[in-house]
Amino acid sequence: MTRFLVRRFALALVTLFLLSILVFVASQLLPGNIGRNVLGPFASENDVNMLNHQLGVDQPIYVQYIQWVGRLLHGNLGNSLQYKVPVVELLGPSLVNSLKLAGVAFLLVVPLSILGGVVAALRRGTVIDRAITLTGLSLTAVPEFISAIVLILIFGLLLNWLPVTAAAPEDAGFFTQLRYLLLPGMALVMVLFGYIARMARAGTIEALNSDYTRTAYLKGLDTRTVIFRHILRNSLLPTIAVIATQMGYLIGGLVVIEKLFNYNGIGQRIYTAALNKDFTMLQSGVLVVGLVYLIATLVADILYSLLNPRIRYAGVE
Amino acid sequence: MSTVAPAVVRRSEKQIARRETMQQLLRSKTLLVGLAIIAFWVFCAIFGFKIAPHDPLAQSSSPLSGLSGAHPFGTDQLGRDVFSRVLAGARDILIVAPLATLLGIAGGTIVGLITGYFRGRVDDVVSRIVDAVLALPLIVIAVTVLVALGHSALTVIVVIGLVFTPIVSRTVRAAVLAERQLDYVSAARLSGERPPYIMFVEILPNVMGPIIVEATVRLGYAIFAVAGLTFLGFGLSPPSPDWALQISENYQLLNAGTYWWTVLFPAIAIVSLVVAINLVADGLARVLGR
Repeated sequence: MTRFLVRRFALALVTLFLLSILVFVASQLLPGNIGRNVLGPFASENDVNMLNHQLGVDQPIYVQYIQWVGRLLHGNLGNSLQYKVPVVELLGPSLVNSLKLAGVAFLLVVPLSILGGVVAALRRGTVIDRAITLTGLSLTAVPEFISAIVLILIFGLLLNWLPVTAAAPEDAGFFTQLRYLLLPGMALVMVLFGYIARMARAGTIEALNSDYTRTAYLKGLDTRTVIFRHILRNSLLPTIAVIATQMGYLIGGLVVIEKLFNYNGIGQRIYTAALNKDFTMLQSGVLVVGLVYLIATLVADILYSLLNPRIRYAGVE
Repeated sequence: MSTVAPAVVRRSEKQIARRETMQQLLRSKTLLVGLAIIAFWVFCAIFGFKIAPHDPLAQSSSPLSGLSGAHPFGTDQLGRDVFSRVLAGARDILIVAPLATLLGIAGGTIVGLITGYFRGRVDDVVSRIVDAVLALPLIVIAVTVLVALGHSALTVIVVIGLVFTPIVSRTVRAAVLAERQLDYVSAARLSGERPPYIMFVEILPNVMGPIIVEATVRLGYAIFAVAGLTFLGFGLSPPSPDWALQISENYQLLNAGTYWWTVLFPAIAIVSLVVAINLVADGLARVLGR
């Protein structure tokens, strides 16, 4: 178990290292002279060179990379080229906002899709199964901004139940904020439901066909007990894995959803940074997104191994 | 003569197997429904501009007029006929998304064959890079690169194709790993065939099933991605009557009033296309096996 954890952790670090190179190289693609971009066309050549020197962008690329990582390790993400304030000050609150939205989506989608998957598995081959599977499959394929617009049309404008922006008023309490996050959260749910429900369905079917389920029935347990005590636990395992891999989508999907609902999250930040060629902001934003994904998959892997006795005891013998 | 006979028998066996697969495919209702919808949109992509009752790019009535006999889907804020624009809107996405998919499938097949066949260090290194790429959402990578390189149909195709490459390579690699254990691969190796020949001539035909299924699934994602990028302003550009572009141009009107027709009909068009592609993918996966 310890060995598994150490290996998994080392793997995450290697991926993080490659990710940082990737992000660094990608942000180097942004064209043009950075000092010139910041100071504008009328600044003197001298000033431009001085700023470039201050920013360190006149040095060889590998030196820049090492300096950049060094600063990152000290928690220094640099200053936003566009807003002239430390990136952390802008990115921090945005990340918190995005996590709120992702959290709402997550809390909605997990129980819903697991319920859907388990019901489909128990009614395997019936109309209910086909309906759940095909609906999930179709919703997953529909771009999130379209699901979102349909939701806005129905719940925001036709029924007038929910606000059509995500940004709650400044001093809004918890429940008001929640109300504002429901529509964008539901849009993300529609994309993710299909994946998770499909995995939950497959896991449940596997558990239903297993020897231990047959044994449980044969020793006279009633269906309810078998489902809750024996099947559900095993059908949820693969579901955890797929939830983790979808975290990446969830965060990427936020770019579109946050723009549509005018919500000040990390997706919106990355989007504006890209538009304005604010490369320090963009670098940090993209890196944070990658980091969140890596942490999520790491946690999921650990959770998975803790819940799965086949892995938990693997290192013991 | 005796050397020819077995070859003939094998070919006819193959033909029978192929015919059986075709019959199974034709029996799948989800597949046929999906194909019919896709065929309809392909037809519109080719002839949309000709069969449209009005010019999709020109004003044909007063802006934002509601549904009527002349304009069954109403008109948009520039007075263009929404029905005509929906018919013509299939064209660009049905050029960009399939080309991006093709690029990703080609790249992913090559990488997957190489990593699956050689394994060892090449595989380790490539797998780690794949992990790193997968840690970033497609939309985030695409936005960054498209800002740097400037967005055109071509850059969108290249970016999506490149992001798809590692994802496809995983599927292909898994299929190749299963194949390389089989006797025919060892036989080819023992008879002195070179690795490129074994990979592309011996193994590739036998992993086409998973690749075809993956291609269909990727096509769905490609449309998803192109539409999302277009909505953000990094994909297709005006004056294309592209569906996602129509939505992005008109969705802000939703808050102002009830001009829902400018957005709802292109939305239905995209939904019908992606759902159809997923029905086909589902049908293919059932028959060709995963």
